[in-house]
Amino acid sequence: MAWTADQPLIALVDVHKSFGKTEVLKGITFSVAKGEVICVIGPSGSGKSTLLRCINALVPIDRGSIKVEGQEVNDPALDKLALRRKVGMVFQQYNLFPHKTALQNVMMAPIQVLKQDRKEVEERAHRLLRKVRLQDKASSYPGELSGGQQQRVAIARSLAMNPDVMLFDEVTAALDPETKKEVLVTIRELAEEGMTCLLVTHEMGFAREVAHRIHFTDGGRIIESGPPEEFFAKAKDPRTRQFLSQIL
Amino acid sequence: MRAPPNSTDLPVLLPMARPVRASEIGKVELGRAGLWAMLVVAAIGLIGEARAAPSDPGLLALLWKWAPLIFQGFLFNLLVSFLSMAIGTAAGAVLGLAQVSLLPQVRQASWFATQFFRNAPWLVLLFYCMFLLPFEIRLFDYVIPLPAWFKATIGLALPVMANMAEIVRGGVQSVPAAQLESAEALAFTRRQILWQIILPQCVTRMTPPWMNLYAILTMATPLISIVGVQESMSLTRAALNAEGRIELLVPMYLMLLVWFFLYCYPIARWTIRLERRFAVKI
Amino acid sequence: MEAIADWFKWLNDAHRINLSIFYDAFDRGKFLGGLLTTLKLSAICLVTSVAIGVVGAWLQGSRFTFARRIMQGYIQFFRNTPPLVQLYFFYFAIGNLLPRVTDAYGQAVPPVSNFAWAIVSFSFFAGAFNVEIFRAGVEAVPRATVEAAEALGYSRLKAYIHVVLPLAFRISLPALNNNLVNLIKTTTLAYAIGVPELLYVSAQIWSDVLNVREMMNVLLVAYVAIVGVLVMAMNRWERAMRMPGYSV
Repeated sequence: MAWTADQPLIALVDVHKSFGKTEVLKGITFSVAKGEVICVIGPSGSGKSTLLRCINALVPIDRGSIKVEGQEVNDPALDKLALRRKVGMVFQQYNLFPHKTALQNVMMAPIQVLKQDRKEVEERAHRLLRKVRLQDKASSYPGELSGGQQQRVAIARSLAMNPDVMLFDEVTAALDPETKKEVLVTIRELAEEGMTCLLVTHEMGFAREVAHRIHFTDGGRIIESGPPEEFFAKAKDPRTRQFLSQIL
Repeated sequence: MRAPPNSTDLPVLLPMARPVRASEIGKVELGRAGLWAMLVVAAIGLIGEARAAPSDPGLLALLWKWAPLIFQGFLFNLLVSFLSMAIGTAAGAVLGLAQVSLLPQVRQASWFATQFFRNAPWLVLLFYCMFLLPFEIRLFDYVIPLPAWFKATIGLALPVMANMAEIVRGGVQSVPAAQLESAEALAFTRRQILWQIILPQCVTRMTPPWMNLYAILTMATPLISIVGVQESMSLTRAALNAEGRIELLVPMYLMLLVWFFLYCYPIARWTIRLERRFAVKI
Repeated sequence: MEAIADWFKWLNDAHRINLSIFYDAFDRGKFLGGLLTTLKLSAICLVTSVAIGVVGAWLQGSRFTFARRIMQGYIQFFRNTPPLVQLYFFYFAIGNLLPRVTDAYGQAVPPVSNFAWAIVSFSFFAGAFNVEIFRAGVEAVPRATVEAAEALGYSRLKAYIHVVLPLAFRISLPALNNNLVNLIKTTTLAYAIGVPELLYVSAQIWSDVLNVREMMNVLLVAYVAIVGVLVMAMNRWERAMRMPGYSV
């Protein structure tokens, strides 16, 4: 059964995951269509980051199914490299390679993993750095950049692999309000260009503006879902309302 | 770890825990390593035994015959190590403190001496002392003989001194400057500050590297056989020459290696334990 | 050159300071030959011991308990026994067990020269330290950085080669340099098995010319100079490898 673009790009069905005795994900089901921007919100420790890591096969799941473009992730024979080409991921702590410049960080994976032509990759890397407004920082090392700048390099680094979907794991949580904005602007532009995005975030204002759908998770389950207007205006579940009242 | 102003304080690179030592190995695994070494030795000994001609006395019997003599030599190695360590520690403490002296000339001279003796090979310093120290010292009417083994002890004490000086300097400088200021503010004299505030604090910190230095010194003591002082290494070679049997070579050398191992390995382990304990406390 | 030689001749005649290596071509040749041997010995041991360190550190992270045990036994044994006894063990014990080979003149000679045994012995000795140095470096590379590489599609091995090793190497560099200085000092032990290195040829010169005092001082200065040059080069290298913004 070949995957076609009208089917969900990512489909999770009843995903379970435990670390030792603690069950972090207790049956998560949702899907992401192509071009959609999905935000996952919820209190800390509700398994949101684990969820993203499962989609990228960084963490194996115990039960259930995750399909990315029709390809089952929970399959021992999975070609992880092929999966990770399709799925870009940006981390809370940026995780840039500190021994390489911004430009080299962006260029490394396409050259070393995808074996693409260096000249072509370099051109694309410059273009991506321009896109995240860091063209003049190309030769700076991560240690010389602010948190927000590092995070934007990390976004460019992921985009260089030409992914079909981007996962953002609380990418602004470690940033101060000023630099936060730069990163959010970059993500919004991506979303507006039609990039499929799945964000775990605490930025309610941002989620409200950008997301097509919002999922609220607590205790390893999705408690409530809906389009932002509906979600923020008339949340039904008491836990959601309590959470929103604390955040907003 | 001092971070430059524009760096983030995120844990992008963790500080290296402890650079050189066998740090993260569990106790069980450490004990096993020793056990394994012993097993390998025993295995090689047995192979040699099996290969020996039946009419000859067995290899183990030969080892047993020579072991007491060589062990006496080994005890002499230890004696030299104690003496060298004592001399080197005393001299090194003075040299190390001289490096934090207030007089720039003293500071520079002691720094130079430290670097010089630290960077010179142990064996070369040993030769130096053997050849250039007199065989006796005349003090008025007294003649103090300087036997070869004592000169060798001095020769080993020189690099110990230089390394000790580095340990002392590092220890003293690891005491936060704020403590010196507060001590000065309380009108302590410099000598009081040194003896009552700085040294008590850094003695614990200096103990693990000092023990490490002692282990290195002990493993350097066979060098004195090269300059003609009789100890376990030269006795081993003498025994091998006397027996003249090729299959005795491996077991005999291994025996000596194992003795050193059994002496130095517990020291290394103890050093690691102390290091851990102090690391938690600070 | 003439003038220098003449001056040292005068120094000998006038003040009995006999530095024959500065005016006697034979002694000078011998001395320089010894210097070259020392440098060669050091350089070869340096490369092989670093190789042992990298491979050993990799083996120590291995899943096979047996490989880890072997590594642990090797490290502890070589670190806690005298290097001179190790050298004798290799040269006299192992060397005598090997079958003799016939050389070009029809003589039965040992298959491994004393120079080669010195290399083997010192490499194993320094290598035991390098393994632990590199392992500490590898362990200091944060898991998150490796995860970021994996998310970009790097395989385990590729992430090790392109991300972990370069970072671990930078972290290990100071400890590594220390060990290499020790290695150079250890090469003097080759004197004991008759390798014509600096100490050995100097001993020959002082027994021929009877200038122990002068040669001893020359020797000390020579070694301190060699180590000094190495330390300077290493410091420069450390600076060049420094990652801007990080204090390691």
